[in-house]
Order: sequence, then C-alpha cells, then structure tokens
Amino acid sequence: MELVKPDHLQELITSFANKDVYIHLETTNGSYAAHFNESVFNAGAFIRNIVIKFELGKVAGDSPHRIGLKLPSGWIYAQGITHYKLDEHGRLLMAGLDAEGKLAVALEISETPFTY
Amino acid sequence: MIKKERHVLVVFPHPDDEAFGVSGTISSYRDMGVPVTYACLTLGEMGRNLGNPPFANRETLPQIRKEELKKACEAMGLDDLRMMGFRDKTVEFEDDEKMVKLVADLIEETNPSLVITFYPGLAVHPDHDATARAVVRAVRRMPETERPTLYTLAFANNTVEVLGKPDVVHDITANADKKIATLKAHASQTVWMMKEMEIKLAAQDPDALKWLNFEHFYTYQWDKDFE
Repeated sequence: MELVKPDHLQELITSFANKDVYIHLETTNGSYAAHFNESVFNAGAFIRNIVIKFELGKVAGDSPHRIGLKLPSGWIYAQGITHYKLDEHGRLLMAGLDAEGKLAVALEISETPFTY
Repeated sequence: MIKKERHVLVVFPHPDDEAFGVSGTISSYRDMGVPVTYACLTLGEMGRNLGNPPFANRETLPQIRKEELKKACEAMGLDDLRMMGFRDKTVEFEDDEKMVKLVADLIEETNPSLVITFYPGLAVHPDHDATARAVVRAVRRMPETERPTLYTLAFANNTVEVLGKPDVVHDITANADKKIATLKAHASQTVWMMKEMEIKLAAQDPDALKWLNFEHFYTYQWDKDFE
C-alpha cells in the first residue's frame, strides 16, 4: 500500500460504482487498548463480504481522507484513510494507519469475495 | 525442573500466543522427547501492525503470519502444528458446543497428559478467553481420573488479585536462544519489541532476563472452576 493519491483513488472508487461489490469495513483500536490503558473505551466494528451496490463514491478531505459510498437507500463511510492499493486480484484496499503503522480503519471493495 | 509428560497439547487462538509465555517450555518438552501438538485456531488475520510504510495489508497478512507460525514451530522443534481455520476476533461468536467438541476431538486423538491454554476470563483478548472456555469445558467433561493436567496463562491486570501467584514456574534458560528465535520468527508482530528487548538482554537487564528465562502457569483448580 502507498499513501493516498486522491485523484487516483477517486478514479479507482468510481470504477466500482453501479456494480455488485463485496465490502470489507473495519474500525478498531485494538483488543489490548483497555488492557494497556484502562481509561480507553474499546470499540470497533467489522463487516466482511457484504454485497452492496453504490451509485456514487467520493474521496473527501486532506489526508487522512474520508471515503463515502452512497447506496440507493443508505450509506457507507470510513474516516481516517491514509493508504491504498489496487491488488493483483483487482481489489481496492484502503486503510488508515497511525504513526506506528497500526491499522485503525480499513475499507476494501472487490468484485469477487474476500477469503473467509 | 520441568516434569516429563506423555504428550502435551497446546491450544491458542493466534500465531505468536505461544511465543511469549510457552515457547521455552515447548522446546524443553521437545528436548525430553515429549511429543507436543499445537492447535492454533486463527492466523491472526486482524493484526493491526502493518508498518508505516506498510509491509503488508489486510489481505496479505494471514499468509505472512502463516509462514511465521511455521518458522516459529521449527524454531521450537515442534512438528505437530494444527491450523484450525478460524478467523481472528470471531472465536467467541462461534457455537460454544462446536468449540468444545473441537478441543475434545484433539484430546481424544492426542491423549495428552498436559494441556496448555489461557485462563478463562483473565486472558484479556476475547479470543484468548473463548479458547480457554472451550478447553476448560472439554477437560471438565472427562472423568476426573482421566483428565490431563491443565496449565493456564493469565495476564489480566487483576490476575494476582484473583488467582494469586502462579504455582508452576519453568526455568527455560537452557532454551532461551530457541525462545528468542521463536519470537523473532513472528517478525510482523515482534520486530520492534525484539529490537528493544535484545538491547536490554545484551545489557543483562534483570527484568528482561526474568521475562525471557522464566515461564509461569496456573494449574487449573477444578474446585475453583470459572463457571
């Protein structure tokens, strides 16, 4: 993955619009967050291999970016995206990595299912 | 002194769970000729450390960690690794009976005299606690006289309050080099930590040496069952 180039990422997102696509969306502050610091409220969410179709996808803001996907009757968004890659399987992988290189958020779009 | 066993079954959810607190013990058993089976439930797919600049992404991390796990087993001298195919952070959401059966089947097949896992409720990560519950339940269902000994790892902040001090301490100094090799095999998880640790070890830092050379376990007490 490399640092987001907003124009290029915008093109890639748009290439998945109006198709059935598989989504991976994840936010996390790590399973040990409240162990190392008991004042941390540990929260996260995870979905994988949910099929959706979005009509408009946008890259917003300066880095870290926000990515929003408008669905016919709903929304998906991810905040904090810093890195991206179109992998060898044609899957668009986006992630937000903090200064230590730890993943805080991920949004991935694919025309084929992700592994398990 | 590490007691000789007939067969040791180790059950943990993540590649590297074995490295920190048990790898010296595993190597010691292997030195004694004791067979050790390691059932690792997931490939740590949800690990957060991808590096910045990143060396991996969400989709490549499992393959990287799978290779690391195999190398770690080589470093420990462990030749019976079972990768059970679950997904990181989902173990507690699997059917509880299915998880108990998975452990019961492993016990039936390997007939261990000792099983090593986490202590349920005192192992911090939900996968650790879920794995521990399945193991304790599977062993509990066996007739008392046939039950293997159960060594558990606990490291929640309130562990000493609840369980006191660990009753089993293994001095693994003789296998410290293998333990370091095992930790280093999980490079995606440990590379930064090990850089710091090796500086401390080179300086003979007493806390670092203690951390490396001694492994601690709580023998599971059936009269103080967690449920």
